[in-house]
Amino acid sequence: MPNRSKNTKGSGKSRPIRVIIAKPGLDGHDRGAKVVARALRDAGMEVIYLGLRQTPESIVDAAIEEDADVIGLSLLSGAHMTLVPRVVKILKDRKVRGISVFAGGIIPDEDARRLRSMGIKAIFGPGATLESIIHQVRQTAGRHAA
Amino acid sequence: MPPDPLVRRLLKGDRVALAKLITEVESGSPQGTEALRSIYPHTGKATVVGFTGPLGVGKSSLISRMVGHLRKKGLKVGVIAVDPSSPFTGGAVLGDRIRLNLPPGDKGLFVRSMATRGQSGGLSQGTRDTVRLMEAFGMDVVIVETVGSGQSDVNVRDVATTRVVVLVPHLGDDIQSLKAGLFEIADIFAVNKSDLPGAPEAVRHLREMAGILMARTSWRADVVECSALNATGIEDLWKSIERHEEFARKDSSAREELAERTAKELRELVQHKMDERVRLLLSEDEGMQKLIQEVSEGRIDPYSGSELLLGRITGLPSKSPPKRKTTPRSAR
Repeated sequence: MPNRSKNTKGSGKSRPIRVIIAKPGLDGHDRGAKVVARALRDAGMEVIYLGLRQTPESIVDAAIEEDADVIGLSLLSGAHMTLVPRVVKILKDRKVRGISVFAGGIIPDEDARRLRSMGIKAIFGPGATLESIIHQVRQTAGRHAA
Repeated sequence: MPPDPLVRRLLKGDRVALAKLITEVESGSPQGTEALRSIYPHTGKATVVGFTGPLGVGKSSLISRMVGHLRKKGLKVGVIAVDPSSPFTGGAVLGDRIRLNLPPGDKGLFVRSMATRGQSGGLSQGTRDTVRLMEAFGMDVVIVETVGSGQSDVNVRDVATTRVVVLVPHLGDDIQSLKAGLFEIADIFAVNKSDLPGAPEAVRHLREMAGILMARTSWRADVVECSALNATGIEDLWKSIERHEEFARKDSSAREELAERTAKELRELVQHKMDERVRLLLSEDEGMQKLIQEVSEGRIDPYSGSELLLGRITGLPSKSPPKRKTTPRSAR
């Protein structure tokens, strides 16, 4: 079995990082999200791909049921200042711990700063390398081995 | 009262606890095994239905319709959707939730995506145990969706009492259905996409074959025409599932199958434990380190070496291996 035996001694087997990838709101451009999903897959993670037109509620529902480590939100619609904080708020309202959120898309620096201050762990704009995304997701998942 | 607070929360219907415990049983942790032990009395009550079939026949879409149908009846439903892990990286993209099209905030529904994590046969290692957790959580029906299966992915037989093989028109001639594997495990054939031309022919042909196919029990496979797109045939499919459940409760051949499944599970559990112990012994035991050395230098052959190892584990004396005194295998 590949990739699961990084720590081999006894119990405490490593398990793959589980990532939710979703596009909240009404934008229909999912190419970026698919590329990221595939890159994370190739990095040995289990990506639960939710696809287009998700509500913040349905994203959090899925993250809870799937026991995800990380939620990745992709937005190209300009609605990031509404939808991203909403996901964070629902997580907080439901007292969910241990799930961190990152975002990608067209997010101006000013907004990115504000989102970070709300607890978004990482924000990726155009030109972000897949390597940097994989690295950051591993970091935010709190584990280095996928 | 079970000691693990997660188990107590699960039994009270806490979704987070269910999610966390699935993670534990999926990774085969001791906490997971302990949890399964304590919830076991609460299992065995749900109707467990497996949906299998080739890639792209509409398993997820059909399940989505079925879930809607069952929720309207007030039944609580768990869904386990399995997709493949990469044999190269161990990673996976689990995409079944897209098609499941779930109503938001439904407390009577719980969906979990699972990756096969190196397991062949269409399911993952933790699938059977996840079914049990969902039963203990209080689900009335648990639906297991296999990976888009090839001809021999028949492990769904080990977890589900009723197996639905989903097909579509124009999949092949009647010789295909005589071949071993997938067609052997079908209790029900669901001919999906019946809105497409060729559906009546596919249904007729499967009905003709159904009697020949199921030689193992007295159940004659049902053939149900349905369309996830138009939401037709869903009630027929559910009725057929209920009919088979009823049959399985009463029929002796179905009981024999349960005994077979149980024996297989016990065997797998022991194999798993043996495997762990072998791994531990080989990596940590000094005597075994020496054995490895001797085998790799050709002084003991691997067949005799494995007997020695087996003897160490079972405590039974092994056939004493002939130590080669004269001609050690030349090093390559």
